[in-house]
Amino acid sequence: MTRTARFVVFGIGTAVLVLLLGSAVFHLPAFGGTSHPYRDSTVTAALQRRAPNVVTSINFDQRGLDTFGEEAILLASVLGAITLLRPGKDETQRQRVPNAGRMLQGTRLAGYVLLPISLILGADVVVHGHLTPGGGFQGGVVLATGLHLSYVAGSYPALRRLRPLRWYEYGEAIGMGGVVALGVAGVLAGAGFLANVLPTGTFGQLVSAGTVPLFSIAIGIEVASGVVVLLAGFLEQDLAIAAKRGSR
Amino acid sequence: MSVFAYGTGLWLVLVGVFGVVRSRNLIHTVVCVAVAQSGTYVVLLAVGYQRGAVAPIFSSSSPPGTPVVDPVVQAMTLTDIVVSATVTALLLALVIQVAKRHGTIVPDELHALRG
Amino acid sequence: MSGTWTTALPALCVATPVAGSCVLLAAGRWAPRWAVDAIATAVTVLAAALATLLLVATTNGRVVQWAGGWPPRPHLTVGIVLVADRTNAGLAVLIFALATVALLFGWRYFDSVHAHYHALVLLFVAGMAGFALTGDLFDMFVFFELMGAAAYALTGFKIEDRDSVQGGLNFGVVNSLGAYLCLTGIGLLYAHTGQLGLPQLAAALAGHGDSPVVLASFVLIATGWLVKAAAVPFHFWLADAHAVAPAPVCVLFSGVMAPLGCYGVARVYWVVFHGVIPDSAAHRAFLVLGIATAAVGALLCWTQRHIKRLLAYSTIAHIGLFLIGIAALNRLGIAGTSLYLVGHAAVKGALFLLAGLLLSRYASVDELDLYGRARDHKAAGVAFVLAALALAGLPPFGTALGKSLLDDAGGSATLTAFTLAVSAVTGGAALRVALRVYFGIGHRPRIESTADVATGADEEPDTAPTSRTPATMAAAVVLLLAGGLAIGVVPGLATAVVPAATAFVDQAGYQAAALARSVAVPSRVLDTNWTVSGVLLGLLAAVFAVLVALTGLYVRTIPVWLRSGLHVLHRMHSGHIGDYAAWLVFGAAALAGLLALG
Repeated sequence: MTRTARFVVFGIGTAVLVLLLGSAVFHLPAFGGTSHPYRDSTVTAALQRRAPNVVTSINFDQRGLDTFGEEAILLASVLGAITLLRPGKDETQRQRVPNAGRMLQGTRLAGYVLLPISLILGADVVVHGHLTPGGGFQGGVVLATGLHLSYVAGSYPALRRLRPLRWYEYGEAIGMGGVVALGVAGVLAGAGFLANVLPTGTFGQLVSAGTVPLFSIAIGIEVASGVVVLLAGFLEQDLAIAAKRGSR
Repeated sequence: MSVFAYGTGLWLVLVGVFGVVRSRNLIHTVVCVAVAQSGTYVVLLAVGYQRGAVAPIFSSSSPPGTPVVDPVVQAMTLTDIVVSATVTALLLALVIQVAKRHGTIVPDELHALRG
Repeated sequence: MSGTWTTALPALCVATPVAGSCVLLAAGRWAPRWAVDAIATAVTVLAAALATLLLVATTNGRVVQWAGGWPPRPHLTVGIVLVADRTNAGLAVLIFALATVALLFGWRYFDSVHAHYHALVLLFVAGMAGFALTGDLFDMFVFFELMGAAAYALTGFKIEDRDSVQGGLNFGVVNSLGAYLCLTGIGLLYAHTGQLGLPQLAAALAGHGDSPVVLASFVLIATGWLVKAAAVPFHFWLADAHAVAPAPVCVLFSGVMAPLGCYGVARVYWVVFHGVIPDSAAHRAFLVLGIATAAVGALLCWTQRHIKRLLAYSTIAHIGLFLIGIAALNRLGIAGTSLYLVGHAAVKGALFLLAGLLLSRYASVDELDLYGRARDHKAAGVAFVLAALALAGLPPFGTALGKSLLDDAGGSATLTAFTLAVSAVTGGAALRVALRVYFGIGHRPRIESTADVATGADEEPDTAPTSRTPATMAAAVVLLLAGGLAIGVVPGLATAVVPAATAFVDQAGYQAAALARSVAVPSRVLDTNWTVSGVLLGLLAAVFAVLVALTGLYVRTIPVWLRSGLHVLHRMHSGHIGDYAAWLVFGAAALAGLLALG
């Protein structure tokens, strides 16, 4: 289709949709209103399970199946991306990557100092997910990107040393497997898939809210490993994979 | 105010789709898909807002019983963000391979699948 | 079997393939190829067994599981509910059975493939099972994205092939946009009702349906699922994706992924929106979409020379027929669609595997290029002919039985004639391919210019060519054809599908079962089986398919008006992502128009 035809088709469609959505917007409950029935139920349920962070309680306890599905999406996307970025039949993967150039000593020092701090921060966010804003996802991303400080403030060979890919793939499998195990544990305890079967402890303590911190840790491991593997796929594609001589 | 809040989200979704329609660069297309998704975040979070309420995390400063905003839409948005990030990564991996195999990332120049 | 284990089955059906993919991910680096194949196939067999147990359990009523151990309580119904009735338990069995056959075919089909392929297939299958079994709208979205993510990667799997990566990208962008429109609809519906689970939404909407928000949310949600179902005008991505994905993956795409979109629309409509959206509006919308989809699919199917693209367009045509079945808005229509869906999955799967065999042997899926080249493989030719006739609706295949139930549900002679024509054209196109490629019948085709259409003449095969078909690959094809036959022949299957359909359209019963309330369910028994008219129509369709095939083989000249009309239609299917997105918005608007007027 020509560009004009495309715009005409889109224009007609958008005009009707704007009418439809516009009329819907005027009939929605007012912005900032007080009637949120699902919120009231979930807050009550979270407090019953001694979980101060209601969002984490929803994600890892009440609507845990959604999180299970979402972890599977992460796993599938990471697997898919690295499958798509694998070296093709007409390409090779270099083992030695040339150094990128000079790096200021100050930057290098900052990287060395911040890397362990980032990792500890990430672990803290993961483990305290049920108490403070955070949880497995956020902490996992902090962990993964913290690791890449060794590339940003260092060099690619430095990152490669810290990142034997095999172990991160195991990490992904362990993380997702951990979530499945928690789910099956719920079934074996007779309470249902992904049920919260551990004692809920005292409100506000680190060890409380049942299986929520365990679920959070499993997710944290999986997200961290998954993001590292994903970034590895892209970085290898850019820096290490090249066409074989004479193939293109 | 309601119309503005919800309308912003819906506008972002439609503008993202418009970006895909008029795009001349596949990376721009993938980012427009992400823009459309960020519109859904705005719609969801706008639905859950309550004036005068705080974040849904109870502590000594906001004891149980304080009005909080809707945590369900926040949980949904969190799921949505993870989905978006990973699917964007997948689409970008596909764009890299398209660039390699077709030698171009301009949609008008991709002629492999017709009819 | 104790009650707790039965109620745990729906979640276990979804968790088993995920666990399998974790094992494969961990073991993939060092395990030999045969071990990876064996583990993957064993996992799908186990999941199929679990799904069969679930199907057996649903004979006594719906199996309801509130995940996370959060049973529904007044003002404390926070969990996600999984509701298995006979229809979606049957779909789960179909999903895992097709996956087993697809993995079996892949044992010898792929020369060298990493464990990541098997892990992706298992995650794909888990996503489909989750989408079918869940009773929560946002959970449906999550599993929809799971099956999408795995599918995009599997479509672009052959990264050296320039068509594959473009097909994967088109698929990914369009389906993602559809999913985000759907999520917007979910958000609007949540704003209006404050609920996310299907039974709770139904309870909240009963009597409060008179609002533009309800219409807008149904339009957006239905758009998302209809993009997956590849209804016109959301269908452009399916032809691209099927043309390039590896053959075993196409079996899953055509057999069960696209029909799951139809299932999603039907489920959401029947549980939540039935009675809220006027029946006449819903009937008109589904009927118009179904007819348009079937017509476009059949026309484009007949004019293709790329065999896999031809089969993809025939899938689109059959999706149109499924939508016509849903449009009847009664249990007979649902029964017909379910049976037709299963029969179609088996037969279409067999056709895709045979196309994969052609690709692996001759490095081409161009019908004109392959004229007469497969004369040495008469057995495959016979299988192809049989499958093509089954696609047209030859009794006693399951497709014929499903189509006759569908015609009874529609109750209109014009509609029956239309479905006859569509199935005859699509079956005839496949038959034409079989006769031309395996038997060399018909005039030698002129190789014409190919400015308009993809030819499939220079496809990358997935494996080195072999002279004899490996036993596993042949077995996979035979299993699928036998399955298609069994659906129509096994006594009692036709009568078993009616209670399934009755439960599917029972809106009050779904709510009551999920929310643990009791309600009296009156059910009139309906007797459905092979009828004389059904058998005759099926034979007529097969005869017409043969005529269509012979026309394609021997008639060279097409009238000018037809040629220019087809030219315009082909030009619209340009492979350009911007076009697809424009038609997506147009389609959503068209759906809104069809529902709103009257």
